[in-house]
Amino acid sequence: MRSLWQWLLPTCVIAGANQAQANGWNMPVGVTDISRDIYGLHMTIFWVCVAIGLLVFGVMFYSLFRYRHSKGAKAAEFHEHTSVEVLWTAIPVLILVGMAVPATATLKNMYDTSEADLDVMIIGQQWRWRYEYLGEDVAFNSNMSTPWEQIRGEAARGEHYLLEVDEPLVLPINRKIRFLMTSDDVIHSWWVPDLAVKQDTIPGFINENWVQINEPGIYRGQCAELCGVNHGFMPIVVHAVEEDEFEIWLAERKEAAEQEAMGVDREWELDELMARGEPVYRAICASCHQAEGQGAPPAFPALANNAQLIDDLDWHIDRIVNGVSGTAMPAFRSTLNPVEIAAVVTYTRNAWGGDTGDAVQPASIAEKIVQ
Amino acid sequence: MSEYEAARAAGVRRTVIRSTAALIGMFAFAFALVPLYDVFCRITGLNGKVDTTAQAIIHEEVDQSRYITVQFITRGSAGLPWQMSVATRQMRVHPGQTAEVDFTFTNNSQQKSWGRAIPSVSPSSATNHLRKVSCFCFQEQLLQGDERLTIPLVFQLARDLPEEITTITLVYTLYPVHNMVLDASLNNNKIAGDKI
Amino acid sequence: MAPKLPPQHPLQHSTTAAADGQADHAHHASPKGIMRWLLTTNHKEIGSLYLIFSLIMFFIGGIFALVVRAELFQPGLQLIEPEFFNQMTTMHGLIMVFAAVMPAFTGLANWMIPLQIGAPDMALPRLNNFSFWLLPVAFTLLLSTLFMPGGGPNFGWTFYAPLSTTYAPPSTTFFILALHIAGVSSILGAINIVATILNMRAPGMRMMDMPLFVWTWLITAFLLIAVMPVLAGVITMMLMDINFGTSFFDAAGGGDPVLFQHLFWFFGHPEVYIMILPAFGIVSAIIPTFARKRLFGYASMVYATAAIALLSFLVWAHHMFVVGLPLAAELFFMYSTMLIAVPTGVKVFNWVTTLFRGSISFEPPMLFALAFVVLFTIGGFSGLMLAIAPADFQYHDTYFVVAHFHYVLVPGAIFAIMAGVYYWLPKWTGHYPHERLAQCHFWCSIVGVNLTFFPMHFAGLAGMPRRIPDYALQFADFNLVSSIGAFFFGISQLIFVLVIVLCVRGGRKAPAQAWEGAEDLEWSVPSPAPLHTFETPPVFHRSHHGD
Repeated sequence: MRSLWQWLLPTCVIAGANQAQANGWNMPVGVTDISRDIYGLHMTIFWVCVAIGLLVFGVMFYSLFRYRHSKGAKAAEFHEHTSVEVLWTAIPVLILVGMAVPATATLKNMYDTSEADLDVMIIGQQWRWRYEYLGEDVAFNSNMSTPWEQIRGEAARGEHYLLEVDEPLVLPINRKIRFLMTSDDVIHSWWVPDLAVKQDTIPGFINENWVQINEPGIYRGQCAELCGVNHGFMPIVVHAVEEDEFEIWLAERKEAAEQEAMGVDREWELDELMARGEPVYRAICASCHQAEGQGAPPAFPALANNAQLIDDLDWHIDRIVNGVSGTAMPAFRSTLNPVEIAAVVTYTRNAWGGDTGDAVQPASIAEKIVQ
Repeated sequence: MSEYEAARAAGVRRTVIRSTAALIGMFAFAFALVPLYDVFCRITGLNGKVDTTAQAIIHEEVDQSRYITVQFITRGSAGLPWQMSVATRQMRVHPGQTAEVDFTFTNNSQQKSWGRAIPSVSPSSATNHLRKVSCFCFQEQLLQGDERLTIPLVFQLARDLPEEITTITLVYTLYPVHNMVLDASLNNNKIAGDKI
Repeated sequence: MAPKLPPQHPLQHSTTAAADGQADHAHHASPKGIMRWLLTTNHKEIGSLYLIFSLIMFFIGGIFALVVRAELFQPGLQLIEPEFFNQMTTMHGLIMVFAAVMPAFTGLANWMIPLQIGAPDMALPRLNNFSFWLLPVAFTLLLSTLFMPGGGPNFGWTFYAPLSTTYAPPSTTFFILALHIAGVSSILGAINIVATILNMRAPGMRMMDMPLFVWTWLITAFLLIAVMPVLAGVITMMLMDINFGTSFFDAAGGGDPVLFQHLFWFFGHPEVYIMILPAFGIVSAIIPTFARKRLFGYASMVYATAAIALLSFLVWAHHMFVVGLPLAAELFFMYSTMLIAVPTGVKVFNWVTTLFRGSISFEPPMLFALAFVVLFTIGGFSGLMLAIAPADFQYHDTYFVVAHFHYVLVPGAIFAIMAGVYYWLPKWTGHYPHERLAQCHFWCSIVGVNLTFFPMHFAGLAGMPRRIPDYALQFADFNLVSSIGAFFFGISQLIFVLVIVLCVRGGRKAPAQAWEGAEDLEWSVPSPAPLHTFETPPVFHRSHHGD
C-alpha cells in the first residue's frame, strides 16, 4: 500500500504544479473573466481536497505502518467517541460553506446575460454548427474541415487534427456577446474550454449563455454531448478579433451574401453547378451519405444509383429543402441558399455515374423557398 | 408450524404488501411527474416553457422608465415545407404596454399539411412575465397548398418584470403534426410516408 | 468454469454446535444436473448463480471496454467505426451497471444476509429463483440487439432522448424490454431482501445489532424499490414515444427532452448509491476483522448510510448543470450535492479511525478493502470538485467525469465486491484462496486501475469530451497510457478467475471462523457452509454491535 501512496502523491503534486499555465494537463485559465473565476474555484477545491487527502491518508498509512499485527500490535478497545464524531461532521460543513460562497457568486455572474452588445444564435445540427448573427443577416454553417483521409490514417495528421473547421465563428473582443442556443435534431453541447462556455442545445427550446473575450486569438472546442455517429467530429473554432476587424469582417460577409443572392437570377451552366456543388456536398452531405454517395444504410440511404432520387427531381429537391422529420436529414431551406441547394442537387444527380444531365437552376429552388 | 414461524410468515406477507404498494406508487409517481413537471415549469418558467392558453390583459400602469427589447425568432424544422416569418424581428416596449406583432405562415408545397409552432422564451425567468393575449402556440394549424396565413401575437410584459432583464427572446419552432386522422386524410397524397 | 456447489449432503457438514438443530434433509429428493440449478430455491445456490452470472457479465462488459480502449489507443479510426464505437460504450455501461455490479451485490446479499442474521433462507425462496432467472433472459436479449439490423443501443447508458427515441436504431424496443425485465428482477430481489431482513432475524437481534452489510443492503433495497419503478416509467414513456406516437420527450408534440433527463437522473442518482452502499457494508465488515478491533462509530455508520440514501433523492440535477436550469435550481442542487460529502466523509473517517491503534494484518480481502478506502476517497474528491456548479461547466461530459465515476465504481464498487469474495470464499468453499496469487491479483489490479483511470483526469481537464471515437493530438499520451492500463487491468482479472477456480477445487482448509478477528454470525457455521443452515434460529448474543 505504501508504494501506491508513493505513486499517487507525486502525481497529485504534478497535477497541481502545472497551475501556472495551461500546458495540456490542467484546465485552461481561459481568456474571459468567468473562465478565470472558474479556474480559481477549480484550483481552490483541488487544494482543499489535497489537504484533506494528506490528512486522512496520512493517519491511515501511519496506522497501517505503526499498528501491524506482525509487529505484535495489540488492538485498542475504543469504538465510539461522540465529540470527535461531531467535530468531523461539523468541520467539513464549514469547509463546504467556505467553497459555496465564491461558487455562488461566480454562478450568478454566469447567469447574467443582460446588456449584451451582440446576439449570436448557435444551432446544433447532426453534425455541424450553425451560427446566425441576429439582426445582421449573416449566417453560416461550420463544418469540420479535417479530411477523412487523416482520420483513416491515409494522410499525415495536421496540428489541429479534428479541431479545425471550414468557417470559424468570428467574435469581437471586449464586447458582451449573448449566445442563444438551440438544436435542429438531438441534444448537442457547445463547448469552448478557453471561453468556459458549455451549454446544451436542446431541440425546440432556447438556452442562453454569454461571453466577453479579453484577448484576441483562436479558441477551439468540441461538441460535448453524445449526438450520434459523428459526435466526435463536430468541432468549434472561435476567432476572437479586435472590434474594428470584426466590423470589417461582418461587412464583407454581408456583401458576400448579397453577391450570392444575385446569382439566383441568372442561368447557370452544368459545369458551373457541379463545381459549386462538390464542396457543398463534401462539407454538408458526405459525413452521412459518404464521399461517393454510397450512404450507410439503414440510417443514411445511398444517393448514388438511387432510382427514386434520379426519377423524381421534385422529390429529390423536397428532401433537401424540407428535410425528413425524425431522421438526421435536416431541412436545408434556411441553412443553404438557393444557389447552394441547386448546385448540390445538380451534383448528386450527375456525380457517381448518375449523369442525368439535369442542371437545376437556383431560380427554380428560390421559388420553393418563398420568403 | 410454530408460533414463531407463523409470526414470521405474517411479517413477510406484510412487508411484501407494503413494498408492492410502494412500487405501484412510485411507478404512478413517475408518470405523475410529467404533468407535475409541466406545472413546475410554468410556475418557475423553467426551460422557457410558456403557458399555452391565452391570458387576459391586465390593465396596469405602463412603466415608462424602462424599455425592454423583445426579439422574435422563427425557425423551421425537418419535414414541414412551411416558412414562418415575423413582421418585426425586434421591438422595444415598456413593461405594462400591450404590443402586437404579425407572424406569417406560408405553405411552399402544393399539398395541404398540418403544423404547429412551439414557443420558447429566454431568459427563462422572463417567462412568467410575458402575457400572451392571443397566440397560436401549440395550436395545430392547417395550411392548404400554397396558402399563406398571417396571425397576430398580442402580448404584454408584466410590470413586475425583474429589473435585470433587458432583452427577451421569443423563439418559435415550427414542427410538422403527425396525427392518425390527418394521415388517413392525406393518404392519397404523396406526402404521407415517403421518407427516404 | 464448473462452480463448486455448496455440499449436497448436509449431514456430512452440519455437525458442529452452532449448526445443531438442523433437520435431516436427505429426504428431499433434489433434482440433478441442470434442473437442480433451474429450480433451486436455496439462497446459497442462488447466490452462487448470481455471482457466476455477474462474473461472466463483468468479462463481457470488460471486453466491450477493451474494444473502446483499443480504438482509443492512438488518434485516428483504426479498428472500428464510430457507429460500433457508440454501441460498445453504451453496452459497456449498461452491462457493467445492470448485469455485473448490481447482480454481484445481489449475489453476495443472497449468500450472506441469511447467514449474517441467522435466517434459514431468504423470506421468499421461489421468488428468489425467479428474480435470478430473469437476468439471463434480460441480458441475452440486450446483447442480441448488437446483431440486429441497425445495431444495438448507441446512445450511451444514459440514453438521453431524443437520441434514444426519435433518432434511435430499430432495436431500441428490445433494449427497453431487456431493461424492463432486468428492472423487475432487481425489484423482486429488493423486496425479498427487505422481507428477509425485517422478519427473519434471529431472536434477540435488534436492527442496531445487524452487521453493516445487512444494514447497507436494507437501505439499498429501499432505494431499489423507490427508483426502479421510476426507471420502468421512463422507459415505458420512451416505448410509447417510439411506438405509439406520444410525445413525452419530443418538443414537436409539446414534450420536453429535458424532462427525460430529470426523470432519468431521479432514478439514476439513487442508482449510483445502489452500486456503492453495499460496498460500504462489505468494507465495514472487513476492516474491523483485519484490524482486530471493533468498527469505530457503528451507529454513525448507519445514520450516514441513511443520510446518503435520503440525500440521493435531492441531488439528481447535478448531472444537468449545463442543460440550462434556472439559477435557483443550480444553486439548490450544488448545495445539496456538496452536502453529500459530509456523511461520506464520516464513513471514511470511521474506517481510518478503526485502523488507528488496531492490530492490522494484510490478507487479500484487507488489501482490497484498504485500496477501496484510498481510491474511493479519490473518486469522492473529484466528485466534490464536480459538485461546484460553475466548475462543472468545464468538467461536464469530459474525461474528468469518466475518471471520477470509474474511480468510485471500479476501485470502489468492484474492489469491494472482490474484497467480499476473498473474505467469504473460505465460508463458501471451505478453502482459503491462494494467498500469493490473490496478492498478485491485487497488485496488478491496483496498477492497472490507476494506470487506466488516473490519466483520464488530465485528459478531461485538458478538454477531451467523453464518448468520442477519435481525439485531437494533444490527448494522445493520456489515451495511450489509459489503453495500456486497461489491457493490463483486464488481463489481470483472469488471475481472479484462477484464484476462484483453485479455491473451489481445493486449498488450505478453513475452519468455521476463517479469519481471526471475524465476529459476525456467518462465522459460527462450518466452512464450507452446509446447504441448510440455521433451520433452528441461533441464539444471538449481543457482544458485537450496539451496546
